[in-house]
This record gives sequence, C-alpha cells and structure tokens, in this order.
Amino acid sequence: MSACGSRGEKSSASGDAGGTTVTIGVDAPLTGPLSALGLGIQHSVELAAKIANDNKEVPGVTFKVKALDDKKSPQEGQQNATALVADKSVLGVVGPLNSGVAQSMQQVFESASLVEVSPANTNPALTQGEKFETEKKRTFKTYFRTATTDAIQGPFAAQYAYTDLGKKTAYLIDDKKTYGVGLVGAFQKEFTKLGGTIKGQDHIDENNLDFSAVVTKAKAAGADVIYYGGEYPQSGPLSDQLKKAGVTAPVFGGDGMYDPEYINKANKNANGDFATSVGAPVESLDSAKKFVADYKAAGYSDPYAAYGGYSYDAAWSIVQAVKAVVADNGGKVPSDARAKVVTAMSKVSFDGVTGKVGFDEYGDAVNKQLTVYTVKDGAWAVAKSGTYAG
Amino acid sequence: MHELPQQLANGLILGSLYGLIAIGYTMVYGIVQLINFAHGEIFMTGGFGALTTYLILPPGTGLWLALPLMLLGGVLISVIVAVAAERFAYRPLRGAPKLAPLITAIGLSLALQQVVEQFYPGAKSGRSFPQLPGGPYHIGSVTLQPADIFLFVAAPLCMGALAAFVGKTRTGRGMQATAQDPDTAKLMGINTDRIIVIAFALGAAFAAVAAVGWGLRYGQVSPTMGFLAGLKAFTAAVLGGIGNIYGAMLGGLVLGVAEALATAYIQEIPGMHQLGGGSWANVWAFVLLIVVLLVRPQGLLGERVADRA
Repeated sequence: MSACGSRGEKSSASGDAGGTTVTIGVDAPLTGPLSALGLGIQHSVELAAKIANDNKEVPGVTFKVKALDDKKSPQEGQQNATALVADKSVLGVVGPLNSGVAQSMQQVFESASLVEVSPANTNPALTQGEKFETEKKRTFKTYFRTATTDAIQGPFAAQYAYTDLGKKTAYLIDDKKTYGVGLVGAFQKEFTKLGGTIKGQDHIDENNLDFSAVVTKAKAAGADVIYYGGEYPQSGPLSDQLKKAGVTAPVFGGDGMYDPEYINKANKNANGDFATSVGAPVESLDSAKKFVADYKAAGYSDPYAAYGGYSYDAAWSIVQAVKAVVADNGGKVPSDARAKVVTAMSKVSFDGVTGKVGFDEYGDAVNKQLTVYTVKDGAWAVAKSGTYAG
Repeated sequence: MHELPQQLANGLILGSLYGLIAIGYTMVYGIVQLINFAHGEIFMTGGFGALTTYLILPPGTGLWLALPLMLLGGVLISVIVAVAAERFAYRPLRGAPKLAPLITAIGLSLALQQVVEQFYPGAKSGRSFPQLPGGPYHIGSVTLQPADIFLFVAAPLCMGALAAFVGKTRTGRGMQATAQDPDTAKLMGINTDRIIVIAFALGAAFAAVAAVGWGLRYGQVSPTMGFLAGLKAFTAAVLGGIGNIYGAMLGGLVLGVAEALATAYIQEIPGMHQLGGGSWANVWAFVLLIVVLLVRPQGLLGERVADRA
C-alpha cells in the first residue's frame, strides 16, 4: 500500500496478514562521504521494524521502512520531508544525521504533525530554540532526539579534565563552525566555574592545514590541556603539529573527534588525547549486546556505525508510541494517528540499546549518558563513562 | 614577544612552500600569459607520485635513503601531468582568445582532483605521508622539524638552480627571449613550442619538491590539498610581480611571514581582538596583497621585465 524502497523490507513484511501497514520513514545521507553513518542508521531502523513485526509488538500492525537519501544537503532533506509527509502510511521518521539538515526539515514535519526522531543531532538550538543558553523554549513539538546535546558534552569534558585529570589550565581552539564554537563555549563556562584558568583562545580555518602559528601560540601559553571544538579532519593534524612542536598537553575534543581516522591523521602522535562521545560504549551494555548480535544475524551489508544504537532506539520509540495510540483506539490505527503519535511520544519510556529511552519537555533524550575515550596504543579506549548531573 | 623568532620561522617555512609553487605560475604566465589554474593540482599529483614511490620501495627502507627517490618519483609524475596538460589542453588553444585556456585550466583542475579522488586507493580521506626520522632540533628559542630543515635547504637550492639555468644556459636565454617577444624569438630560430613545454615542466618539478615538503611537514596528502595552496601560491606570484621568478619566491616568503605574524599579533592590538587568530590569517594575507597592489600595481619586483622567464 505504500511505495517502499527499502532493502530490508522482504523480511519485515512476514509477521502479519490483513493488518494495517505503518511506515517508518528514514532520512540520512545514504551516498557520499558520510554514507557509512547513514546506512548504519537505515539498517538499524530496519532491524527495529523487523523485530517489532516478528514479536507482534503492536497487534494488527505491520511496520515497513522507507529510506530516503538526503546527501547531507538541507534542500534534499526538505524534499524528502515533503515526500514522507505525502505518504499517508508514514507515522514517524528517524533522522537526519546532520543538524543543518534537521533545521530545514523541522517546519515541514511540524505543519503535518509528523514525528521526527534524530539519532545524531547534537546542536542544542534544535530543541531548545536559538536562545537556549538564557531562555529555553521548545520550537517544534514534533522534533525529538535520542542523542545527547553539546550543552552537556562540553561541561562533561570540563569536569573530567579538571576533576579527574587535575588539569588546572586550558587553551581553547575551535574551527568557527556552529558545532565547534558551541562546544568550546560550553567547556569554557564549566571549566572556569570549577576554578580552572583559560590561558588563551584561538580559531583555525578548516581549509588550511598549516596550524604552525596557532601551535606556537598554544605552546607559549603553556596550558595543561588543549580543548578543541571541531571534527577529526582538522584535529588530527592539529594534534600531530602540537606534539611535534613539543607540546606535551593532551588534546581534548568532542564526538566530532571520536573516530579512528583521528588517530590516523595524527601520525602516531595522538596517544594520550581525549574525546567525549554521546552515550555509553555500545559494547558494554547488555541490551546493546543483543542489538549487536541481532544486527549481525540480520546480515546487513554495512556496519551499524556510530549511531546504530540511537537509530534503533529512535525507531523503537516510534513503535512504542504507535502501540500506545493503537491500544487507546481499541486495537485500530485511528484516522488522526499522526497527531496522537506526537502526544504519545512524550510519554514513551523503555530500556533501549543505549540505556533508558524517553524524552523531556523539549524533546531531548532523558538519558544524559556520556563517555570519555582516550587514545591508548593507537586505538580509542574507554576512560570513563557517566551521566552529567549539571 | 618571546615567540617572535618561532613565528618568523613558521612564516618562512610556509613561505618557502608558497614560493616553490609560485614559480610554476609565474614562469608559465611570463611566457604564454596564461594563468595555469591547474598548477595547484599538478602540485598535488607530485605529492601522490612521491607517496607511490615510497609505497613501491621495499618496506623498511630508511627515509633519508628513500627521500631522493621519492623526490624523483614526484617530479616525474607531476612533469608528465604538466607536459600532457600543455600538449593536449593548452596547445590546441594557443591562438584562441585568452579566456578559453583559462576556463580549460579551471576544468582541468577539477578533473585532476576528481581522478585522483576516484582512482587512488584511500585518497578520499587523505593518505598519510611517511615522516622523516630524528628531530626536533632546537636553535635558540626556535624548534624545527626535519621537514622544516628539508624546506630550508630545498627552497634556496631550487631557486639558485633556476636562476643559473635561466641566466646561464642557452635554453634559459631562449626562455627570456620568448618571454620578451615570442614572434621575434621565433624569427631568431628559437623553438618556442619547446620553450613553453620546458617552462611547464620546470614549474611542475618545483611544485613536486614543494609537495614532498608539504607531505613531510603535514604528514598527509589529499586530492584537495592543491586548491588552497595553489590559490596562495598564485597570490604570492602576483604579490612578487607575476612573470618574475625572484618575485615569486619573495612574494611567497612575504605572504608566509605575514600570515604567521597576523595570527600571532593582530589579536594583541587593542580593539582588534575579534579580527585576529588563525581563522583570520587568510584575510590579512589578502589585505596585504591589495595594499601592495594599490601602491605597486606591478608587484614587488614587477618592473624587472628583462628577468622575466
């Protein structure tokens, strides 16, 4: 009954005969440099739909997945949002990967009262409005996310650096992009509140690979830790150049740095560096072990990647919301199901792959779990996992 | 101010890189009045050529031993690419209006980038480049890496060799003659087609040396590395006076030092805090270019037309 373009579909249509079909939309970059992350999102949602069908999680309802490629472009994302809204069987959407794409999709979903759950967006403004630092205000009531925001990640890093590592002074560097500036700002606020001193701050140009002038300044400042807001294509070479110049302080960054490529690009000079990333390490939770095993058993061609667990939980929260709506309506999908699913989303609560899943009054994940990783012998290792208490 | 010597060194090293690439722009422009926008990508292929040479050498070869071979491999690849570009993309357009070869150059630049990205294994996210052992060396308050030493030696050496070639050899004098007046040079029995090919090849060879220096210093080569480096080198060539080979090197050094000092000290001028730091280095480099061109439209060394090559 719906045009369905998903590869995992043949297995997911098995469970039910004669029931209603509910489609879960997916929007992510499925081609291009970020496709590894996007395909992981798609397959994890397909897995959630398959398990929901196999277990008959919602009696009388069969879940299908419809995945669209946004090529990490806001325009494509908006077109996909319009297409998903037009398909009446879609009751919820998982995605997108990029915060910039999310901005262009939010209004489309809001107008159609269609639920959107992002597994990966970390920009606080998406849920709490542009002035999230002073007056929080929910802008779109249909937007939810399972990922933790940068407003929590920065302070968590500051606490770890100051309290656990005993670093009293920091030098800040960012790439002048929304993500990097926000992360560094959040770190700085918490670090100075704890009693730490900021020895200086600089910005780099992300197209330039020569950081020597900035490195010399950072070295002269002599801070205990260098906090970087940005992504691994720049922070890897930056760490390399810092260490070569004789800086012994570790480089500390956010989830944009937590990638094996970071270690590659730092030319063996990354040992001892730190990065925070959202959630608990997937391999450490029992619920996650089941997810990993199921994912492997389903035989998808691509790995679940960084956001697989969050995508599964995002899809499962939609399944749970649909379940509540159907139960309220005497076992049938109501005609105004979309609006009812939005209301049901705020009450969803279950133990998911990444821990407790639920949403607060802004649509943010209630799970504030974060993990600090460190580079040990050329690979990322868990340094500390915990929740941010504020 | 205790970081001043280090910042000057940073600027001179970066400037040597710019200067080595800028020579290619300036030589080609001096002879055929073509701004070869694909030169940044020729620089990039030199880097990949050197990396490939290193990869096919038996593993465990000492890098000091491998370095000359890598230079040779890089130069070979970039010269082949440059000569082929001249032969198949630019020569057929020799008589065409100036805009045609310019657009061709931009197209060629994109094509080379895409080809390397698609067909060189692992090039998409950048390949790591072998690192010279030893170092760092401390001279006073200045810390230098082996790669920096390589550039400090290679840049003047290349410059000296080029000056000797252009000034002393028969071919070099032929280049000067072609630069001054191609038609008359042809009448005097100079094979101008050959001179043009040599200009392209020499520029490519220096770009490949720069690419090896780049790889050693930054630890990686990527298909897009030629874009900004090429743009900066072109700026250096204009700053020094396009068409003048000494101007290219001088322009590169001035540009590099200006970037380093702008990053370090603009922030400390009262009221300028927002306009300083690493992200503004490019802006100040281009401000410098505009100011120099307002005062000296021909560039720093632009009037020495006789030395054009």
